[in-house]
Amino acid sequence: MSLSQDDVRRIARLARIAVSDDEVAASQAQLNQLFTLIEEMRAIDTTGIEPMAHAQDVMLRLRDDEARAANRREAFQAVAPSVENGLYLVPKVIE
Amino acid sequence: MKWEVVIGLEVHTQLTTKSKIFSAASTAFGAAPNTQTAVVDIALPGALPVMNRGAVERAIQFGLAIGAKVNRKSIFARKNYFYPDLPKGYQISQFELPVVEGGAITIQVQPAKGDPYEKVINLTRAHLEEDAGKSVHEDFHGASGIDLNRAGTPLLEIVSEPEMRSAAEAVAYAKALYSLVTWIGICDGNMQEGSFRCDVNVSVRPEGQAEFGTRREIKNLNSFKFIEQAIKYEVQWQIDEIESGRKIQQATILFDPDSGETRMMRSKEDAHDYRYFPDPDLPPLVISEEWVERVQRELPELPVAMQARFAEQYGLSAYDARTLTASKELAAFFEATVAAGADAKLAANWIMGDISATLNREEKTIADCPVSSDALAGLIKRISDNTINNKTAKDVLKKMWESGDAADVIIERDGLKQETDTGAIEAIVDAVLAANPKAIEEYRSGKEKALNALVGQVMKGSGGKANPGMALELLKKKVS
Repeated sequence: MSLSQDDVRRIARLARIAVSDDEVAASQAQLNQLFTLIEEMRAIDTTGIEPMAHAQDVMLRLRDDEARAANRREAFQAVAPSVENGLYLVPKVIE
Repeated sequence: MKWEVVIGLEVHTQLTTKSKIFSAASTAFGAAPNTQTAVVDIALPGALPVMNRGAVERAIQFGLAIGAKVNRKSIFARKNYFYPDLPKGYQISQFELPVVEGGAITIQVQPAKGDPYEKVINLTRAHLEEDAGKSVHEDFHGASGIDLNRAGTPLLEIVSEPEMRSAAEAVAYAKALYSLVTWIGICDGNMQEGSFRCDVNVSVRPEGQAEFGTRREIKNLNSFKFIEQAIKYEVQWQIDEIESGRKIQQATILFDPDSGETRMMRSKEDAHDYRYFPDPDLPPLVISEEWVERVQRELPELPVAMQARFAEQYGLSAYDARTLTASKELAAFFEATVAAGADAKLAANWIMGDISATLNREEKTIADCPVSSDALAGLIKRISDNTINNKTAKDVLKKMWESGDAADVIIERDGLKQETDTGAIEAIVDAVLAANPKAIEEYRSGKEKALNALVGQVMKGSGGKANPGMALELLKKKVS
């Protein structure tokens, strides 16, 4: 499998990354190298091996259901670019 | 051409945990903006999610309640999209291996025309995920405001198979699901606050065609009425489109309750490609046998089982049993009334009749009923032992409702005791008969019901205190 330049542009758009035409060509080459590696891995016979969902053989740690986080709005919003009435302000979003 | 409607639902139920799914911030509704957020909820770099045991427990409860497979191992995945109320740039959800798979729920459908019927709807899956924050689009000098209190609230998304064939079936399914999740207590059911939100997938196809038509998804319906209105509008719209020679495009749409119409939110072209992948921050969720067994043991009696028991134990009809198990609170009220000594059938009638009607009128639920189950049993006992008749009982209940006094107190105080002195009633019966020679004639010529009309007059003459059964008996005795 190899990616076209259109594929690269689409992936960039989905990830909200601006890429120039030069960068598209460079990214295409790099991404296709990755796919070569993936192709090599795919060629390995994995019959009978259970797929892993995590790199380590560990299971999810659970915590008890207790609401004990303090209100730290002031500290959090001190580093926000723009706040008003306790809300974070962001460029207008309309769907 | 005849069209068949195909509907599937995705319901987001907000779980009743105290804290969020991946942080220890509170999930309480209505707090000041951004006062219930932890580092995980606002996605500060390096903050790591820690799973809430209570959210998993509720997913297990749901899985067992619908007879589904509770996966002993399930996976959390990142669903990637950009929106300001989703600070991480992805929602933690489940994709390939959800916590619950399969299961079914029985629905009672009341179609627009025809008799009510039952239908079993199969479920595809239910998975755990986090809610997003809220965007406030009021004008902040051209900006939008973001409140992240809701971000990270645990949701169980419940997905049905596309097995519903009408708006009535979709509403019946939503109601059955609502009743179940509130019954087992995993969701508070507060639809105004968004605790139970439905996405409805609708398509139409010519009757008899095997393949599904192209579907459109109506997002975020938060009332049963809107589900019904939106589906009806959407179905007609799709049929009109196809019959006008146009093709349906897959799309996400919104329902506007004011206009009663659906409108496009986004088409398939710019549909989200979520690029799911397993979340490296969260290893697989492993659920032990012991955990599942304990939840099974602690699961409350479910509505269907309780209906069967009510029919068996109290001799109630299927309809009565179903009505009384509409909510756990109503069922408990009924059982408490019977336990306090009331006749079961009478208790059922009074609860489904006057009590429910008055509650509805006053927009109250059984939890706010001013007449307790003990007090109602006190009233019903006086009906059973013929102290008062049914009609008087209605008046007594009204007074109990207003004053909070016990039935016996009201009966005594207002002198409502039924007249069981035959002599006193006989005098009234004689007077009534004397005034109605025509009725006597009719009765004697074989018109059995002629005397029934006179019972009312005897009742009136006695100030409502006569026993209607006894009055009729006396009337018959006198004329034959």
